[in-house]
Amino acid sequence: MADETLDCKGLICPRPLFETLKRLKRMETGKTIEVVGDYPFSKSEITEAMEKLGHEVVSVSEEGGTWQIVIRKRR
Amino acid sequence: MPKLTLVVFSGDFDRAFVAFTIASRAAAEGWDVLMLFTFWGLGIVRDPNRTVPKTAEAEKAFDSALARGADDLRISQTSMADLGTTMMKEQMSAKKMLPIREMMKEAKEFGVKFLVCNIPMELMGVRREEFVDEVDEVCSVGRYLEEAKDADVNLFI
Repeated sequence: MADETLDCKGLICPRPLFETLKRLKRMETGKTIEVVGDYPFSKSEITEAMEKLGHEVVSVSEEGGTWQIVIRKRR
Repeated sequence: MPKLTLVVFSGDFDRAFVAFTIASRAAAEGWDVLMLFTFWGLGIVRDPNRTVPKTAEAEKAFDSALARGADDLRISQTSMADLGTTMMKEQMSAKKMLPIREMMKEAKEFGVKFLVCNIPMELMGVRREEFVDEVDEVCSVGRYLEEAKDADVNLFI
């Protein structure tokens, strides 16, 4: 279970990524967040951006058009 | 980290939308991003509550021709008596996108630097005190070129 959740369902690119980044900024290092969304492009956009920014992508899953990404803040 | 500069010449709603989207997208990934607002782009960074009285005819004319801030922009096409702009704003709201003014604040939060070119300010009689707080500095073209010469991507919008 992640420390926080962020519901991005109904948001289109690039809102899910931007909302994820703004929330990460306010979190403590080491904490995890589960981001949930349904816009297809945003799933890869978020995971790729997290890797570039040095955060850990703990898990990625998808079911019925809704995806979940769990991220651990690393810096 | 890569560096991006954008020269925002246009004061069109759709071009401003694209400019802030690209700027924020890059800054969100840690890029060093700078936006230079020039000519009609000055209207985007004007604060509608910070008006300065103008007396010269040319200054008055440009004062009314320039947008009064990011919420006063119009789209460049299908702007039938501004219906296009209204419809686009409704679409953006329906898709839960931010208004342009909020996109500007978000870009700032992601670390985008805001510069305004001094030349059109002189030509159109726009004062430093008319701008929103997000504007970091008024600068010369030379200052912009110093930034642009080692940037990885330079865009003119």
